[in-house]
Amino acid sequence: MSIDKETVRKIAYLARIRVDEAQLEPLAGELSGILDWIEQLGELDTEGVEPMASVAAVDLPLRKDVVSDGNCQGAVLKNAPEAQDGFYAVPKVVE
Amino acid sequence: MSDLTSLTIAKAAEGLEKGDFNACELTEAHILAMEASRDLNAFITETPDVALERARASDQRREKGEARGAMDGIPLAIKDLFCTEGVLTTAGSHILDGFVPPYEATVSANLRDAGAVMLGKANLDEFAMGSANITSYYGPVKNPWKATGGDNQGKDLVPGGSSGGSAAAVASNIAMAATGTDTGGSIRQPASFCGIVGLKPTYGRCSRWGIVAFASSLDQAGPMTKTVTDSALMLQAMCGHDAKDSTSAPIEVPDFAAALSGDVRGLKVGIPKEYRLDGMNTEIAALWDQGIEWMKAAGAQIVDVSLPTTKYALPAYYIVAPAEASANLARYDGVRYGLRVPGDSLDGLYQNTRGEGFGEEVQRRILIGTYALSAGYYDAYYLKAQRVRTLIAQDFDNVFKDVDVLLTPTTPSPAFAIGEKFDDPIAMYLNDVFTVPTSLAGLPGISVPAGLSKDGLPLGLQLVGRAFDEETLLRAAGVLETQANFTATPSGGA
Repeated sequence: MSIDKETVRKIAYLARIRVDEAQLEPLAGELSGILDWIEQLGELDTEGVEPMASVAAVDLPLRKDVVSDGNCQGAVLKNAPEAQDGFYAVPKVVE
Repeated sequence: MSDLTSLTIAKAAEGLEKGDFNACELTEAHILAMEASRDLNAFITETPDVALERARASDQRREKGEARGAMDGIPLAIKDLFCTEGVLTTAGSHILDGFVPPYEATVSANLRDAGAVMLGKANLDEFAMGSANITSYYGPVKNPWKATGGDNQGKDLVPGGSSGGSAAAVASNIAMAATGTDTGGSIRQPASFCGIVGLKPTYGRCSRWGIVAFASSLDQAGPMTKTVTDSALMLQAMCGHDAKDSTSAPIEVPDFAAALSGDVRGLKVGIPKEYRLDGMNTEIAALWDQGIEWMKAAGAQIVDVSLPTTKYALPAYYIVAPAEASANLARYDGVRYGLRVPGDSLDGLYQNTRGEGFGEEVQRRILIGTYALSAGYYDAYYLKAQRVRTLIAQDFDNVFKDVDVLLTPTTPSPAFAIGEKFDDPIAMYLNDVFTVPTSLAGLPGISVPAGLSKDGLPLGLQLVGRAFDEETLLRAAGVLETQANFTATPSGGA
């Protein structure tokens, strides 16, 4: 088993996903099953092989550093679950 | 259903041009079909008003002699992964509850500008993660096909995924064609399961701007249609360079339909031996052999080739794609759009929102991705998978020195029953064993319906081409289509 209950708890927190205590153990089993299957990659010798991040062979293009849109506060906030005075509203962060 | 819904894009464009019917009549027929087939659950949102408005505009243009080409007036389903201005966009997820984008994805905007009519937003696996369209928050989609015998006779079958609603809509003549997106097989696998044509273009051919992101280095939009010609016509309208997607290719778009010459004499078709799996479904193997004979009969030259790293594509994909997904899906925070589940702190709000808003499979992939990118495991998993990806791409580079296209099965089995493979993620992942390698290499692939299983279910064959050589790919696919002469239609559904 590659990952245990405590590891699941840790990565679930890193990913900011609430996982019920009772679900940690079964998830550890499931994720370990997937990771054990992925372990077969170890059979391949990749010494000296460059990692590929993207198949797109193009250099990232640069554009002029100018404003291309804006003045759309209403449109931006329209989908917010909670907005106040032109801002997104969240629970208090600073004590 | 009326004759209008059984037309192809090419035939409908001809009829519209000749004045045999107008875009409103065409659209109304499809809206009726959509309403009559709600049982399939192919749509998350139906947009009949948008459709009729666009159909009227199309008719007005045509009257003035200003029709915009083959797509003008054609009723389409748009996968609900494309952001559509003013129309609910869900990605099949609870977490995007109520999200109405103030902008339109480039691909759907291109189609809109070409005059196409949007019938509605097609159901899909949540965030396009799945191969059976069973992970959608809005419920599973039913395949319009039913098995005529065997264990699954009479059962509801999956349409494949993730573009399952798109495939079911086209197969049941609800939509004349549909947009799909393909990250590891999400266009080609459902096309195969539903007996239609599905084309995943080269990575970079279509803009990804405005498509809800799953794995950015793999995601690509493409057409799902009744015929190869229709795929060529629709791709023409979808693709092209877009300054808003830095990975979209700044190259000229050829005339895809013109490439369909029907002539493959001398074309070199590679048959990769690694795709002949141990214990392979005998029907799939037989259809593949038949496909080889068809291409040979049409004058193509068959060449046995080897893609030695094939076996490792799927496990590499299940690191690369979840890693990218874990980063892309970090944006769903309950603050800016979609679902918010309150918490006693900001962290609590994030956790509650994401715990409730993401389904099981999406959570599984985010967790795998987060683990693969976390300190201590990054090299062992993520970098390793990226190195394997390089080897897979090199395999294809090598064989494309000797051949023009590759011919393989699209899927390892026909459509299975809703409920099968639910508890075994890896069994589900294996659906994409023939499509994932192409995705990792960024190459274009197309699934063409080629035959029926003994139980009467459609089976597809896949052709894979060189990067940005959709012309040769479509030419070969057109010949395969003619040779296969697949005329069966689903017995269930519409």
